[in-house]
Amino acid sequence: MAVVVADWLKRAADSDIWWSFKSSPLTIAATAVTLLIVALAFLSPVLAPHTPFDPATLSLSDGLRPPALLSADGDWTYPLGTDEQGRDVLSSIMYGTRLSLVVGLASVVVAMLLGITLGLVSGYFGGTIDAVIMRIADVQLTFPAILVALLIDGIVRSVISVKRHDEIALFVIVGAIGLSFWVQYARTVRGSVMVEKNKEYVQAARVIGLSPPLIMVRHVLPNVTGPVLVIATINLGLAIITEATLSFLGVGLPPTEPSLGTLIRLGNEVLQSGDWWITVFPGVTLAALVLAVNLLGDWLRDALNPKLR
Amino acid sequence: MPDGGSQFVRLAGLKRYFDVSAPWLVRVIEGRPRQIVQAVDGVDIEIAKGETFSLVGESGCGKSTVARLVVGLYPPTDGSIAFDGNDMTARRSQAEMAALRRRMQMIFQDPYASLNPRWRVFDIVAEPIRAFGLAKGKTDLEARVGELLRQVRLTPADGAKYPHEFSGGQRQRISIARALASEPEFLVCDEPTSALDVSVQAQILNLMVDLQRRLKLTYLFISHNLAVVYHISTRVGVMYLGRLVEVAPTETLFRRPKHPYTRMLLDTIPDLDMSGRQRAPVAGEVPSPIDPPSGCTFHPRCPFATDRCKAERPRPIAVDGGTVACHAIEEGRLAVEERSYAAAT
Amino acid sequence: MAAPSNNPPLLEVKNLRVEFPTRRGTLLAVDDVSFDIAPGEVLGVVGESGAGKSLTGNAIIGLLEPPGRIAGGEVRLEGRRIDDLPYEEMRKVRGAKIGAIFQDPLTSLNPLYSVGRQLVETIQTHLPLSAGQARTRALDLLKEVGIPAAESRIDHYPHQFSGGMRQRVVIALALCADPRLIVADEPTTALDVSIQAQIIALLKRLCREHKTAVMLVTHDMGVIAETADRVAVMYAGRIVEIGPVRDVVKHAKHPYTKGLMGSIPSLGIRHDRLTQIDGAMPRLTEIPPGCAFNPRCTERGRRCLGERPDLMAAGATRAACWLHERGGVGTAVTKELADA
Repeated sequence: MAVVVADWLKRAADSDIWWSFKSSPLTIAATAVTLLIVALAFLSPVLAPHTPFDPATLSLSDGLRPPALLSADGDWTYPLGTDEQGRDVLSSIMYGTRLSLVVGLASVVVAMLLGITLGLVSGYFGGTIDAVIMRIADVQLTFPAILVALLIDGIVRSVISVKRHDEIALFVIVGAIGLSFWVQYARTVRGSVMVEKNKEYVQAARVIGLSPPLIMVRHVLPNVTGPVLVIATINLGLAIITEATLSFLGVGLPPTEPSLGTLIRLGNEVLQSGDWWITVFPGVTLAALVLAVNLLGDWLRDALNPKLR
Repeated sequence: MPDGGSQFVRLAGLKRYFDVSAPWLVRVIEGRPRQIVQAVDGVDIEIAKGETFSLVGESGCGKSTVARLVVGLYPPTDGSIAFDGNDMTARRSQAEMAALRRRMQMIFQDPYASLNPRWRVFDIVAEPIRAFGLAKGKTDLEARVGELLRQVRLTPADGAKYPHEFSGGQRQRISIARALASEPEFLVCDEPTSALDVSVQAQILNLMVDLQRRLKLTYLFISHNLAVVYHISTRVGVMYLGRLVEVAPTETLFRRPKHPYTRMLLDTIPDLDMSGRQRAPVAGEVPSPIDPPSGCTFHPRCPFATDRCKAERPRPIAVDGGTVACHAIEEGRLAVEERSYAAAT
Repeated sequence: MAAPSNNPPLLEVKNLRVEFPTRRGTLLAVDDVSFDIAPGEVLGVVGESGAGKSLTGNAIIGLLEPPGRIAGGEVRLEGRRIDDLPYEEMRKVRGAKIGAIFQDPLTSLNPLYSVGRQLVETIQTHLPLSAGQARTRALDLLKEVGIPAAESRIDHYPHQFSGGMRQRVVIALALCADPRLIVADEPTTALDVSIQAQIIALLKRLCREHKTAVMLVTHDMGVIAETADRVAVMYAGRIVEIGPVRDVVKHAKHPYTKGLMGSIPSLGIRHDRLTQIDGAMPRLTEIPPGCAFNPRCTERGRRCLGERPDLMAAGATRAACWLHERGGVGTAVTKELADA
């Protein structure tokens, strides 16, 4: 086992990807920012100074405190201040980021599974199946992703009660974002499959008599993962933004379980009264996270494209 | 040609047409007709056990399509393929089909595209063994793959590497090892050396000859390189625009070519012996297989063409141990001349 | 045969080195290559893929793809140094004095312009002719390279021509300004055998008629034997043998050339097995010390492992092999010793 790992590490250290990573300071910085935010978010139950959504720990007398640096008494109990209900903004951000990341990652996975499957089927079999799937994709592309997500969310809301909706809001929003992003994967995978399936190594597998699903999974899929990985990374940023937008519009996650988008919306409501920190800090976090992830995606796209090397 | 008896591989009236029309909607709107490429248009070939039958011709003549039809990568439009007495186009159970498939394998042209870049060589070579369930357990599998790699002059340790770590010639050896993994009796080789440098080509050709002798293999060898075909074949078929124009034992074909197209092809072989051999200039180009010429498809380039050649498709006739499809030969107005080649130093 | 030696050479290449900086260090793809081409002479440059033959051709016409660069040596055309010219100057030389023909005719033709327009533009760039005169010359050139119905085909676009016809157009394009030298890089490789023969015959005829010298880069010994006056055999970035084509083909002096010739199937006698050179040409990152061919050589001696031979007289040709020096290759080495 150790030998395998050592061998893998040696190959990785020698690879072009690693070399391209090492020689790009911007990418290294983006990775550091991403890792930092991800770590803080997922370790929030341990690291966060307060548990902002436990009503028992809140007291309204602590409401609307400014960030510690600006407060008169220099009290560091609430480093980034509190909102009108006395919730610690820093802790809210950490918990909120965790939720945003979970939604983002989950909806990327949903979109990926759907898109890869449809793309593989479409590209490998061609003909009528291909035409049907691709025309659906074309139609969907004429709507902005946010509209598709709003539509799906609207349908779910009209079917079930508000209380029930709040309970399954997470799944609804993941499904809605996932469904609005599958097209890109399907198209990319389809294109790659159509190139790969005519290569002789696929023909060799067909001569042996392997079944099409087996050939797709064993031979074709591993060779189309590169572009998929690039789209997934770039989509992660987009999914987080979409979730934030939906939550900002009030159709995303409920205030009892706020994501970054919800936090920005809540803060936005009191922005007029001068309590800017409630909305600005979640906003900055969101921007930093999405920017870092997108920079990683850009780098990955260039690194995996031999023509740009 | 071994006469009578049951031939090992028999292709009869084999046809394969490809529809290359524009999509239906475009055709309707722009009023374009359907376009059909007659890639293989009625080919009869019989291959005896243990021989090397070569198909030669220029690009677009359909030789690679024949190879893919034989191993079942395309279904034929018409005609039949019989392998050791079994009709390959007939419906069969999966188990029966697998049993037949195991006995024929294919070697491809491009050593860079024929190996999955994400797989280790061991898994590439082991795939047919696993697919046909030929190994009894892991140790047996490892022993078999090791032996296969040794057979193509690689080492069992090479199995741990990825294809990109090998040169073109070594990759083609891996490809051959994979083809041999299911212990086939019949190998279809589609231009196996044309992507390789000459010195490596010699290695692969020698290896193929050795393996044929040791394993009693039968080859269908596809190539455009006449010198290679001369070296390796027992019998040769010449294809032009989807049809076989001449089939003959190798020596006969090269010493006494009959069809005007065969003669023209032989004239293109470079004179490496610097003997100053005079060669007739070659005229014209291969027409499009979408709309092939009428009658004998070679007639626009043929110096001996008559009105009959333009109108009537020549049928293959038996001559000098082979068959030729040419009106001029059939009518006796084209004499067969003996050719000699200077011996190499 | 080769032009008399008292003529000054048309092209002189001296100690040319082409290198590629990569992250694993700088690779020397063309290593100390020197040769001359006399006016009107056809020099064949033959070798296997990766031997550096195409890079040598590209370096001469100033079209090395970055990051490749000329790292040393010089190239002189009619006595004038051309390897250090600025890009614009070199572009003028390339059209007027040196014509280029590549393997894929489509890379040399602009798909958006008719072939006539491309010919006329090239002619007017290099010759002081009016549009009408240039078109007449374009038409003459197309006829000369054997395009049937040239009057109507001149206004066709490249995609309307077949592969063989396209290569003829490219040859016409290379001949526009009546250059003294044509560098042809695998001009027949992408073509069918019958078309190959036509293109070779055409090239031979044109060079004879125009007294144009040709540097013919190819992997195909057959093409060389048919066309060239002299031939240079390249291996791992160096010339290992150079001489009159007949001598090299029939009486090769370098073990590599001998092996190469033996590995080509012959129509004369059907041999049971072909002569084969074991192994493969080393990658640029793994060129062994001493003679680069030594791991594959059946005649190597101890000297070949440590000292790199330069070209030396060997019969009618010049070969880079210690066999042809008085000292010889030294004591024979076994495989085990070489690997140690």
